[in-house]
Amino acid sequence: MEKTHTLEQPDEKHETSCAHSGEKTRRQFLRDAGKTATGFGVAALLGHLGNYALSYAADKEPVQIGILHSLSGTMAISEVSLRDVVLMTVQEINAAGGVLGRQIQPVVVDPASNWDLFAEKAKQLLLVNRVDVVFGCWTSVSRKSVLPVFENYNGLLFYPVQYEGEECSRNVFYTGATVNQQAVPAVEYLMSEEGGAYKKFYLLGTDYVYPRTTNKILRAMLLAKGVPAANIGEEYTPFHHQDYQTIVGNIRQFARRGDAAVISTINGDSNVPFYKEFANQGLRSEDVPIIAFSVAEDELRSMDTTALVGHLAAWNYFQSLETPENNAFVSKFKAYCQAEGLPGGNTRVTDDPIEAAHFGVHVWKQAVEKAGTTNVDAVRKAVYGLEFDAPGGKKQMDAVNHHTYKPVLIGEIREDGQFSILSRTGLVRAEPWSEYTNPEKGCDWVNHKGTYQKT
Amino acid sequence: MIRPFAHTPFLRLAVLSWCLLGLQATGWAQVSTPPSTSTDRVGTHEALTTLAEGTWTEKTHAVTYLLQHGDPSLLPQLDALRSTANRRVRKLIKPVITLFRNQAGLASPDTETRRAAARDLGVRGTREALPVLRNALSNERDHWVRYDLEEAINLLTVEYAGPQDRLAAIQKLGDLRSDAALPVLQELADQPASTLEQHTLRNAAIEAGRRIQKWQEIASGIEILLQGLSLSSILLLMSLGLAIVFGLMGVINMAHGEMMMIGAYATYVVQEIFQACFAPSFFDYYFFFALPCAFVVAGLVGWILEGTLIRFLYGRPLETLLATWGVGLVLIQVARLIFGDLTAVQAPSWLKGSAQVMVGVQLPHNRLFIILLALFCLAGIYALLFRTGIGLRIRAVLQNRDMSACLGIPTRKLDAYTFAFGSGLAGLAGSALTLVGNVDPELGRNYIVDSFMVVVTGGVGKLAGTTTAALGIGTLNKVLEPSFGAVYGKVTILILIILFLRYRPSGLYAQKGRRLDS
Repeated sequence: MEKTHTLEQPDEKHETSCAHSGEKTRRQFLRDAGKTATGFGVAALLGHLGNYALSYAADKEPVQIGILHSLSGTMAISEVSLRDVVLMTVQEINAAGGVLGRQIQPVVVDPASNWDLFAEKAKQLLLVNRVDVVFGCWTSVSRKSVLPVFENYNGLLFYPVQYEGEECSRNVFYTGATVNQQAVPAVEYLMSEEGGAYKKFYLLGTDYVYPRTTNKILRAMLLAKGVPAANIGEEYTPFHHQDYQTIVGNIRQFARRGDAAVISTINGDSNVPFYKEFANQGLRSEDVPIIAFSVAEDELRSMDTTALVGHLAAWNYFQSLETPENNAFVSKFKAYCQAEGLPGGNTRVTDDPIEAAHFGVHVWKQAVEKAGTTNVDAVRKAVYGLEFDAPGGKKQMDAVNHHTYKPVLIGEIREDGQFSILSRTGLVRAEPWSEYTNPEKGCDWVNHKGTYQKT
Repeated sequence: MIRPFAHTPFLRLAVLSWCLLGLQATGWAQVSTPPSTSTDRVGTHEALTTLAEGTWTEKTHAVTYLLQHGDPSLLPQLDALRSTANRRVRKLIKPVITLFRNQAGLASPDTETRRAAARDLGVRGTREALPVLRNALSNERDHWVRYDLEEAINLLTVEYAGPQDRLAAIQKLGDLRSDAALPVLQELADQPASTLEQHTLRNAAIEAGRRIQKWQEIASGIEILLQGLSLSSILLLMSLGLAIVFGLMGVINMAHGEMMMIGAYATYVVQEIFQACFAPSFFDYYFFFALPCAFVVAGLVGWILEGTLIRFLYGRPLETLLATWGVGLVLIQVARLIFGDLTAVQAPSWLKGSAQVMVGVQLPHNRLFIILLALFCLAGIYALLFRTGIGLRIRAVLQNRDMSACLGIPTRKLDAYTFAFGSGLAGLAGSALTLVGNVDPELGRNYIVDSFMVVVTGGVGKLAGTTTAALGIGTLNKVLEPSFGAVYGKVTILILIILFLRYRPSGLYAQKGRRLDS
């Protein structure tokens, strides 16, 4: 800042003298403008150098990584936690000596819940900041919007949220669950003797791509398992829907005999009015359980949970997992949020996407060390089949399809906003193309070129 | 090839369970025959231990035993068992817990609990529940509890009793217009009938089913109307404040939604204070303090907003729109900084649950409360505008500002009061909305469009118009929703409103006079 000032001064003086002489020729003007521009340029350069000098404190050039999560707008409520955990993980890795002996320097950008801005910011990260990897996105629409950018410029994106599948990109590693790792096993659980042997299913979601695709797969699966179409209800509501009277009334009719369950893909702030109306119309979790795929600890943190207690959720990780690794992870995250003075501080919680974002950074680090370089193509090969320890237990990257092997957990919501774990499976392989809706398609980047037709 | 292999383990299992069955039956038969309390206690105790440690067959027998001989005092032990058991065992002991919990529920002083218990036993109970239910019915006085008890008894009779009782029970269920009986009756009607007895049962079931269905059609119609009324009352509550600020004063206040948000947060703060400072028994009354608080706080913010910004922009709608939009954004961010993204407001317990209007029609308490609150506000506004001196002056200023000023009415002051009053009403709406929705900084943004829609459709400057429009839009929404779905229902409403405004641009009740010309 100060340097800029001193550099600008002579130009200013010059200009004032010109003004004194009464006339200002075009040549003079051009010269002045040129000088000013040069001044700015030099200042900017010096500023940049200062910035670089700071990061040169470590003996080698730092590795740049990008963080592409909305820090403002509607998605901020969920995505800010992911930025926090990625920064924490970076700090942790740097404290342990960094990657390949180099420190990691995160570049945080804010796409502001704006899908076009996501693509713009991704381009900026890849072309201007020249980052080696990006951790980011939450909603499917934001991922779809950055996809062409990453594919054109051969970037690398780690995507940490559960999603609807039907995608197989060479430049994305998906550390969240596909439908067959979350929704399908959850419904199978409800159909099992242990889960309550439910016979009727009401598929309720917010109207966008994830619920629509998930419910398409679930419907195909239920029909394949012999559930008659009359026993499947399906309904969608707009974003921010508040009035659930009619829908809950329908569910009440639908669940008259008590053998029905609700499969909820309702997103965001509509959950509270829905659960409230559900309880107020006399439906109870013991009779008609709601199993949700978009309600995690981070969302429950600030909800009035009384209406939600006893309902279910399916994820691949819960904070309440009692393992030494997970306890360490949870307390580390809380301590980090407190130390950094982040809102919520010590009361912050971890959840599935937070865990996935956390181990995504570790997967990349391990792959870089295995490959000995941060080159995208080499790192990609190193990720295939990588095994690693996550807070939620041992996991593995798939050898060909860019997704992650994950366990499936079913939890019951407790009063304190945490989950009691009811069931836990072994590692399940991700199927980006569901066996129910696209049995003929597969995803393979080693033996095929991405999506291929099974013969 | 497969058959013999499949058979062997199955046979072995069958033999094994047969042996166990014999053993258990004799074992418990001995314990259970003398019905003295001391041995009963030993028996139930033993059954509980078996449930925790025994094999699967033993467990099933223990459950049968408990169903006949246990009582609600075993509930804590059963619950402890349930919390540690896996879901399969939970499902097994569910009938026992259902019976005892509901037995305890039937003895509760709270009618809602008794009703829930009776309904639950009707659908999920076993034959052991019948004497419990009959006993409860003989002591019951409340109309709706009696209704549920009778329904439950007849449902269980249809399932478990002899043919003569079943016929009577089917007819009785038809008389009761029992909603829960429909699937059972449907099943009976679908069963093939060969004997005369079965034929009579089947015909009775079809007849009863038809009666219930006819009743249900009426009931669902009434329910839709009630739901419409409830939505209308919410719309009305939201737009009353706007009807004054936008409708009467002509100020396009885009920060109106944020006044609702402020009211909602005021409610939250009052709730927190009650939780922190008063005994839990007082907590249920916090809402009575929260409502005036929300009104005052939002009104105060409105007053400050009027005094510092809007008074300089009267008569310049575009500037007002932009400025208040900016103010709205600032308020949203302030709320986000203070309270974070989502906050939980707990409804007081007397606003949870629902009231039975008639068979098959319920109205949740919180919605009933909002309907009453909307009526109260409407009455309050009418009284203020048409029955008080200040109301007279407000109307005078709105009709002719200069003339009123000449006659000595302090117009500046009155503008500030009116604006503050409109904002206060928004705060009240925000406070009430915490009962149905959640509290987040962008709460107002969800409602502001709907509010403007109501006010514009009703006709700017007419309270009667706002009321009618709220009723119309709310009811129409609920009538369309069952057939169109939530998404297309809303789209249809918007299209209808656009068409309506195309042909009647000044709304339902057009303002006659000079105000709009100026």
